[in-house]
Amino acid sequence: MTKPVDSGVITDAKQRYAAGVLKYKQMGYWQPDYVPKDTDVIALFRITPQEGVDADEAAAAVAGESSTATWTVVWTDRLTDCELYRAKAYRVDQVPNTGAGTSTPAQYFAWIAYDLDLFEEGSIANLTASIIGNVFGFKAVKALRLEDMRIPVAYLKTFQGPATGIVVERERLDKFGRPLLGATTKPKLGLSGRNYGRVVYEALKGGLDFVKDDENINSQPFMGWRDRFLYCVEAVNKAAAATGEVKGHYLNVTSGTMEDMYERAEFARSLGSCIIMIDLVIGYTAIQSMAKWARKNDMILHLHRAGNSTYSRQKNHGMNFRVICKWMRMAGVDHIHAGTVVGKLEGDPLMIKGFYDTLRETHTDMSLEHGLFFDQDWASLRRVMPVASGGIHAGQMHQLIHYLGEDVVLQFGGGTIGHPQGIQAGATANRVALEAMIMARNEGRDYLNEGPQILQEAARWCSPLKAAIDTWGDISFNYESTDTADFVPTATASA
Amino acid sequence: MMTNPQQRITQGQFSFLPPLTDAQITAQIEFALRQGWAVSVEYTDDPHPRNTYWEMYGNPMFDLKDPAGILMEINACRRTFPQHYIRVMAFDSSRGWETPRMSYLVNRPDKEPGFRTVRMETEGRSIRYTTERLRSGD
Repeated sequence: MTKPVDSGVITDAKQRYAAGVLKYKQMGYWQPDYVPKDTDVIALFRITPQEGVDADEAAAAVAGESSTATWTVVWTDRLTDCELYRAKAYRVDQVPNTGAGTSTPAQYFAWIAYDLDLFEEGSIANLTASIIGNVFGFKAVKALRLEDMRIPVAYLKTFQGPATGIVVERERLDKFGRPLLGATTKPKLGLSGRNYGRVVYEALKGGLDFVKDDENINSQPFMGWRDRFLYCVEAVNKAAAATGEVKGHYLNVTSGTMEDMYERAEFARSLGSCIIMIDLVIGYTAIQSMAKWARKNDMILHLHRAGNSTYSRQKNHGMNFRVICKWMRMAGVDHIHAGTVVGKLEGDPLMIKGFYDTLRETHTDMSLEHGLFFDQDWASLRRVMPVASGGIHAGQMHQLIHYLGEDVVLQFGGGTIGHPQGIQAGATANRVALEAMIMARNEGRDYLNEGPQILQEAARWCSPLKAAIDTWGDISFNYESTDTADFVPTATASA
Repeated sequence: MMTNPQQRITQGQFSFLPPLTDAQITAQIEFALRQGWAVSVEYTDDPHPRNTYWEMYGNPMFDLKDPAGILMEINACRRTFPQHYIRVMAFDSSRGWETPRMSYLVNRPDKEPGFRTVRMETEGRSIRYTTERLRSGD
């Protein structure tokens, strides 16, 4: 079988569908003139092609393998409206600062459009089975990363979205106009149920809004889940009476089967908990199931992003966390950990703004410096509350509010429980710092620059805050981020 | 008596700070007005955490854009109900929010009796909790 291997798309049908192997470009997966429809799903991949594979062909191959193609021509394509179902790579740009003259092999951004009919309504599992299914192990590319997606309104409308959302969560909690405060119980492993609830009670009574189970607290030999739930709910109610405020503890219902998770969630509800928690590792379908359960049971659903860094951290392969943010907003969680900028975990400020905007805004514009490659209309899906957790403390309050805004849960685990005067004092220090900073911001002060001074002023009458600043005032985590923008603000898309 | 370190109810944005002065209240009103929000004054003698609907001291002031005028309303409410809890709220009517965006206390009774936890033991080790308001003298 001979075919014109290096020429363009083969238009003659008989020749096109003759048995044999064709280049993906020739099969129609590369269409530089294609104009995406409003209803198309668009994916943006970062491709590192194998030696000798040109960028257009690599993009076409990704389009092919993530939609209809297999390695050889099949005549059965002709029984279908195959032109429609074929994904179309329509644009390829070289990634700035890669390739000749740099230390990084050439990478390319590829825009690929998928017809809406390729996807089942309301199913993250189905969407991802195509977009990140086989294609990431495909030999024609050395490495592949899913950077961003444009989800059409038509598809978004088939998803429930966040069970509760920021607006309703705040109304239920009766807490407005300031970040919420949380902490993760420490040590994360080993406490008995009774000892565990002590930490919860002290932190809530001292001034936090929420305490949280850690991601790997499920039901271990040292503490069964029922004991944890019973003692935590006791702590929550006692703290609510002591302060006159609504309080909560994220009860982690993550477990080995859906049946177990439903059982734990039902028990949390029967005890009167306002919030439960799941881990990202339970999988997309389990997350969607729990989001539906949460909507039906007036429950706030917290998601801990356990596991995400296994595929989101390295720049050349895997997927960007902003895509996880999009999928999780569709899947229907109310909280998701999305970075702190100043804490101990990975996070470039510009990238994190992109994540936060993706979770919280009703519409985001394309903004390459924030890693957002598309305009995205969220079609009235509720807003997700981002959670900032990991190595943050009261002394950074001005930076946290500057970078993260007010619709966020700030979680100070060590910064509460490790306070030299005790857990209640730690919680009070955080809350005083928070309220002082919000007040200063609203008054129009230059709180980012005057932050340390604003905290010192409050520390004059609040000794727990003074102790917190004396203990942690100089602690910072200044490591370089691995996941950074490829574009500086002055660059254009095709630069 | 409240048993938390603050010894007072800590609802609202600024309950951990010293009581707000009129100048501080005015600055927060100005902030709300800059965002285009309508300021409202509400009062109650029942600050139960699930008591959503405090009494309105008039409707939200949609058309009053003068911070001094709004402060006068707040102070009139404080004069009328000196032993009540009074909160200032700001309502955002923009699409996607349409909800309160601020809430802070500007008045408290001299004595804050607080709440107690009432436990009703039910099946197994489960307990049904009720947060019950205490009155002065309890």
